[in-house]
Parts: sequence; structure tokens; C-alpha cells
Amino acid sequence: MSSTTLAPENKLPEAVYEYEIVEDHEHHEAHDSGSMLGFWLYLMSDCLIFGILFAVHAVVGQKYAAGPAPADLFELDLILVATFMLLFSSITFGFAVLRMFANDLRGMTIWLVVTGLFGLGFLGLEIKEFSHLVHIGAGPSSSAFLSSFFVLVGTHGLHVTAGTIWLCVLIAQLHMKGLTAANQRRVLCLSLFWHFLDLIWIGVFSFVYLAGVLL
Amino acid sequence: MSDVETMARGTMGAAVADPFWGKLTWDIFPFYDPLLLVTFIGTCVVAATVVGLISYFRLWGYLWNEWFTSIDHKKIGIMYMVLGIVMLLRGFSDALLMRSHQALASAGFVGYLPPYHYDQIFTAHGVIMIFFVAMPLITGFMNYIMPLQIGARDVAFPFLNNFSFWLTVSGAILIMLSLFVGEFAATGWLAYPPLSGLSFSPGVGMDYYLWALNIAGIGTTLSGINLIVTLVKMRAPGMSWMKMPIFCWTTLCTNVLIVATFPVLTATLALLTADRYLGTNFFTADMGGNPMMYVNLIWIWGHPEVYILTLPIFGIFSEVVPTFSKKRLFGYTSMVYATCVIMILSYLVWLHHFFTMGAGADVNSFFGITTMIISIPTGAKLFNWLFTMYKGRIRFEVPMLWVIGFMLTFVIGGMTGVLLAVPPADYVLHNSLFLVAHFHNVIIGGVVFGIFAGINYWWPKAFGFKLDDRWGRISFWSWFLGFYFAFMPLYVLGLMGVTRRLSQFEDTIYAGYFFTAMIGSLLIALGIAAFIIQIAVSIRNREALKDTTGDPWGGRTLEWSTSSPPPYYNFAFTPRVYALDAWDHMKRHGFKPRSDGYAPIHMPHNTATGVVLSALATVMGFALVWHIWWLATGSFLACLAYGIAHTFNYNRDYHIPVHEVQEIEAQRHRELAALESPEAAGAQP
Repeated sequence: MSSTTLAPENKLPEAVYEYEIVEDHEHHEAHDSGSMLGFWLYLMSDCLIFGILFAVHAVVGQKYAAGPAPADLFELDLILVATFMLLFSSITFGFAVLRMFANDLRGMTIWLVVTGLFGLGFLGLEIKEFSHLVHIGAGPSSSAFLSSFFVLVGTHGLHVTAGTIWLCVLIAQLHMKGLTAANQRRVLCLSLFWHFLDLIWIGVFSFVYLAGVLL
Repeated sequence: MSDVETMARGTMGAAVADPFWGKLTWDIFPFYDPLLLVTFIGTCVVAATVVGLISYFRLWGYLWNEWFTSIDHKKIGIMYMVLGIVMLLRGFSDALLMRSHQALASAGFVGYLPPYHYDQIFTAHGVIMIFFVAMPLITGFMNYIMPLQIGARDVAFPFLNNFSFWLTVSGAILIMLSLFVGEFAATGWLAYPPLSGLSFSPGVGMDYYLWALNIAGIGTTLSGINLIVTLVKMRAPGMSWMKMPIFCWTTLCTNVLIVATFPVLTATLALLTADRYLGTNFFTADMGGNPMMYVNLIWIWGHPEVYILTLPIFGIFSEVVPTFSKKRLFGYTSMVYATCVIMILSYLVWLHHFFTMGAGADVNSFFGITTMIISIPTGAKLFNWLFTMYKGRIRFEVPMLWVIGFMLTFVIGGMTGVLLAVPPADYVLHNSLFLVAHFHNVIIGGVVFGIFAGINYWWPKAFGFKLDDRWGRISFWSWFLGFYFAFMPLYVLGLMGVTRRLSQFEDTIYAGYFFTAMIGSLLIALGIAAFIIQIAVSIRNREALKDTTGDPWGGRTLEWSTSSPPPYYNFAFTPRVYALDAWDHMKRHGFKPRSDGYAPIHMPHNTATGVVLSALATVMGFALVWHIWWLATGSFLACLAYGIAHTFNYNRDYHIPVHEVQEIEAQRHRELAALESPEAAGAQP
């Protein structure tokens, strides 16, 4: 609280006000923090999409339309394996980011590849589950419950697919351009995205699979 | 089935999709209807003329380089406005068709629109007016004005801004296509299932609806994120939150609402899309589906959407009233809080759109009361504007006329809104023309009047000359009177029990009211024509209407501190802000712009990526509507590949060299000097 801001404006000598800022060159780096905020906002909007899908599942998740119920369909051990694959992939992504901060591109690439393989493994298990369900006649059109199940889990799966593609592109870009500020920002954004998907999956695992089978 | 019905069903396309052509057949063109045939020919003539003129004057390169690929927030803002006004003409011609048809139908004639076509018209009218008129127009204002008001050189993500715009255009193109290729949804603007489901709307109309809104909706969400980050991160040094102009505050709240609700719209429409394309059962009437779930979800987006449209308009009024009253805004702080309260409350009222769902007295009371509470902060705003005018030196320029027209009209709309918020009254008035009159009362009296106030107010900033006063007044009075003639009868009709969306009437007692409403719509047509004439006349007289000060109205906020139009970098020096109404503060302290010490300015390059991606998205949308799977897959993959390729371009910005800034600023200094002493400037050029 300087006295300048409190004093009546018209009593001040005019020289106090410097209205125009003569810039130096570093000013524009401020945009970087904007990207992170923007990405967070995007994630929150995406979170709302999942929020709606969860809410829809809460409404129609028990409308079996005389068809199969979760306990008849889900193999929890398989889902548990998929869950751990995704959880481990978050940890390995964390290692990759640590290697990035240590400026170790090689180590970082290895951890990113491991992350991507975990992601692919997760997707493989999901495809296996989906095709099994469709095969036994429990496809998305069988009941509102199955519609909701396929769309919620499938939307998450599509996100993991997008994340995996992004991961591949990013590895290529890291090797073309190195650990530049722009690339580091991209890695941090993808890292946020990846952890976010993990978080959503924990919701899916708890509310769709566990609660579906056990409650 | 009557002939007309048979023909109408023909436009739905083939029942079984061909592997190559999808559902496209030769009878999808709805030209059995002479009205559409004439419209189609008219549209072709106009389009050919426009294309011809652009080619004749060799403007394609200019448009492509300076506008379409531009990432300058000011040009994108203007393009949004152009899109909104073009679509206003389309949406309004639908309104004219409905008003004249109903006037005829209520007078004992059959009218000229077959029911199936009439249903498409009211659906298209609603969708276009909300998504492709009101949304682009307010987004245009937010894009153009907000960065200037906070002293920024562009938005946070300039490319994303261009991309968002073109996605909106993509949605608009799909809707326009549906007029001549196939059909549009015949479900009402929010497309409630099960009517909008596959069993009751098997045609392509609903699919046009879904893909147009999904593509445009993604654009809107991205634009919302962009503008929030801009406001949070790029305000000029010294501009704390409570020194931000009210228009920026309303922009912030609106974009928070956009980011918090458009994903709900996207998810809801995606679920309906899944019902129609994948055979899921979210909103079907059987297999465990729940149609009322759709109605709840869509209004969780839909009610905040009303405030997404209204808040920036309140911001415009909050800029116009102080300027033309020569006073600072009364109750700035309460205005900010009122805006934030409306932002939050808008989330808690959605159920008042369907009290008749039968959720029970407790639920209905809750939503009735929250709805009534919204009128409190809104009322506070009105009093703030009134107290700003109180003892002010009011100039009744055209923007101020629109503000006063708004105040009178909006209060009536607000009061009928409170009537509708009472659940027992709503049970009677629900789905009647009373409701139609109410929401047109707030949207025309609020949003449309505000848009015209804003256009008249900021036009000189964007183009360097004022708009013609006389035609502006004619436009205002035509709109103002036209509104009352068109919608007051609908209140009465609603109380008489006429439900909305009717194309035929058995009784002729309504004829007088419908006829009056038609007169009103013709007056509004006059208002729109006068507005277009106003622009044309102003362009012709631009030398006489020219403004070289950059501040023709005696404005108070930073956008008026630059030249008109502002240079593409907005500010040669980033302004430092000391007080609310920063430009007013600068003027009162004898601010003189610097004429030396310029530094290179960091700016982003133009890019065609937004146009290309959106064009591909349009093709994809069209292919999905017509079930042309190979084309849909191909254009999606092309979109993905092009988008990824774009991320390999790291060379996205450049610096404007000092000498270029110096030249532009020297011109500005010469103009300012000429204003102070015309003789001196003339004598020593």
C-alpha cells in the first residue's frame, strides 16, 4: 500500500504515471505459462464429459432390460491387470519427466517407450474384453446398461489411443528438435493428460466394474 | 400418405446405404417445393454474383492472405460478426415464413407450408439463431474488444482462435447445406428424444443437426479456453482484477460458462449420435433408455447458454452507458459480483424448462425459487445503469438508443420470466406461445439490441469511421416497434391457450393477433434492411464520417487509446494501468504517446491450418450425415494427419522490425498532430 495509490488522483504530479512500457526482448516468454493453464482448462472440460458419462451410468447403469448384469459379464482379474498396466504407465511417465529434467534424452525416450507399451497393453486387453462381450451377444445395443458401459469405457479407451499416438509423435519430435522449451512444454502437457486418464480409469474401475459386480 | 408427405420423405435419402454413395440418391433435393426451388435459385444467383465480383476484382488472394488465414484477433472478430449477420438473414427469413404462414393458417386458409416443412423451419430458425447468429456475434465482440481492453496484442492462442472460428463456419455450412441437400431436423431446436431418435426421425435431418452442432460446439469450447487464458495471463501490467473493464468481466464469466457447459452439450449430443449410429439405448423409450435424461442434460447446457449470450451483452451496456452519460459506471463492484452470481446461479435453474416432467413439488419449488433469485442480480445491474445515467450528461447517440430500448423491453421479458418461474403457472403456460413471446422478449430485447448497440459503438474503432446516424435511428425504431408488434400478440395468444409449433388452426379467432405479429415481423425486416443500408451509406460517406482521433465517443477504456482501426500489433508499447477506466485516467493526466524507443514486436505467423482442418471436418460431417463411410474415414484420417503435421512446424512467430512499427506510429502521430493544430500540420507536412 504505497501512498501513491491512496492519494486523490488529481493531486499527484503527472510525472508519477508512466503509461507506456518500453520492452526488452524477454517479455514474450510469458506465453508458456498460458499453455499450461490452457491445457488444464481443456482437461477440466474433458473431465466434464466424463462426468456426464458417469452421471448417465449412474442413471441407466442398472437398466439391464432383462439382459446380462455386470456380475455375469466382467472378469475382474483381467480388469485388475489392465488397471495395473495403466497405473504403472503413469509411474513410468513420471520417470520420463524426471529424466527430462535431468536433461537425459536417451533415458527419457526409454521410459516414454515403456509408457507407450503399457498403454498398448491396456488397449489390447480392452479390445479383447469388448470383442468378447460383443461375441457373446452383450453388445452396446443390448441394454441401456451396456450402452452406457461401452460408451464410458470406450471413450476412455479412445483417449488412451489418442494419448498413445501423441506419445509416438512426441518421441519423434524430441529426437528431431531435442529438449527445447517448446518440447518440454509438450511433454508436460501429455504427462498431465496421461495422469488424468489414469484418474478417470480409477473412477471407471471403482464405479463401473467393482461396484457393478460387488454391489 | 399424401403426395407432399411422400415427397418430403423422399428427401431422406436411400433406406439402405450404398457402399460408395451412402444414402445419396437423386431425389434428395427438395425441389418439389416451389418455395425451396426459388430460394435455391436465388441463393445460387447471389453466390455466383459474390464469387464473380470477388474474382473480377481479384480479391481471392487478399481474402485468403489477409482474412481467412489471419490469426489477428481483430480480423477473426470481424469474420465472426460477418458470419453472424449472414446467418441472421437466413434465420430471419425462416421467421418471416413462419409469421406469414401462421397469419394465413389462422385466418382459415391452409397456408403455404406443408407441416413437415414447417417443422423443419422452426427447428432451423431456433438452431441458427442461437448457435450461428447469437453465438458468433457475441464471440466476435469478445474476440475483437477484450484483448484491446486489457492492453494485449492478441489472444493467448492465436492459431486456436482461427481454428475455432472455422469450426463454427463448418457447422454453419452443414446447416445451410441441409436446406438444399436432403432435409433438416423437424424436432424443435433442442431435438428431444424419442422424437429425435432413429425410430421417429429416420431421415438425415437429425444427423445434419447433430454433426453441425458437434463440430461448431468444439470450436466454441476451444474459443472459451482461449479467451479465459487470455484474460488470466495477458492483462496489461497494473490491471488487477478489479481494474478490469466490466465487458472483460462479463467475457470472463461467459467463457467460464462456455468451458463448463459446452462439454455437456458435446457429451449429450454424442450420446444421441451413438443412439442413432451405433444402436445404443441411452434415450430410447425401451431397453432401459431414458428420454428425460436427455432433456435434463441438454438443459444443464441450455440454461447457462442463455447467460453465455446475455452476460457479454450486459458488458456492452456497461461500456456504452458510462461513455454516453459522461460518468464512471455506478456500482462497479456490485456489477462484478452480480455478474459472478448470475454465472453461478445459471447452473442451478435448468429444471425450470420442464417443470411438467413431474419431479414433484419439492424439486419444482427449488428450481422455481432459484430462477426467481436470478432476477435479483439482474435487477441490480439495471439499477446500476439507471444510476449511472442519473445526473449524467446523456447523449442520445444510436448506441444509447439501443440501451434504452433494451432497458424497457428487457424488464418486461424479465417479469414474464418470473411468472413462468412459478411452477403452477408454468403448468398452464408451458409450451405455449406465452413462452415463445417470453424468450424472444429477452433474447431480442436483450441480446439483439445489445449487439446493435455494440456494433454502433465499436464500429468506428474497427473501421475508422462512424456509422450513419439517420439510418441507425430508423433501424432502431423499426426493430423496437417491430418487436412489440410481433411479440406482444404472442403473449395474448399464449394466454388464450395457443401452443407453440402449430402450423394449422381450426379456429379463426386468433387471426387478428397473428396478423399483427406478422406486421411486426415486417417492421423488423425493415429494421434489418435499414441496418444494411446504414452500413452501405456509411461506407459511401466514410470520408465525412471519418474519425482520426481513435476515440470518437470520449471512451474510458483502453481500446480507445489506439488508432482506429488499431495497428495489427494493437499497442506499440504495452500500456501500464493505474486505475479503473484506464484510458480515462490517461486522458485526465495529460497522456502523450511516445514517439521513440520502439522495440521489435513479437507476433505469430498466419496459417492455413485452421481453414484446412475445418474444411476436412465439414467433409467428414457431410459424409457421416449421408453414411458415406469411406469418405468419413478418409477425411477423418486426413484431418488427423494434417493436424499432426502442423505440430511439426516450430517456426510459428516472427518479430515486426522496429522501422515498420516506427512508420505506422509516425502516421498516427501525424494524424494526432493534425487534430491539435490543423494549420500547422498543413503548413509543415
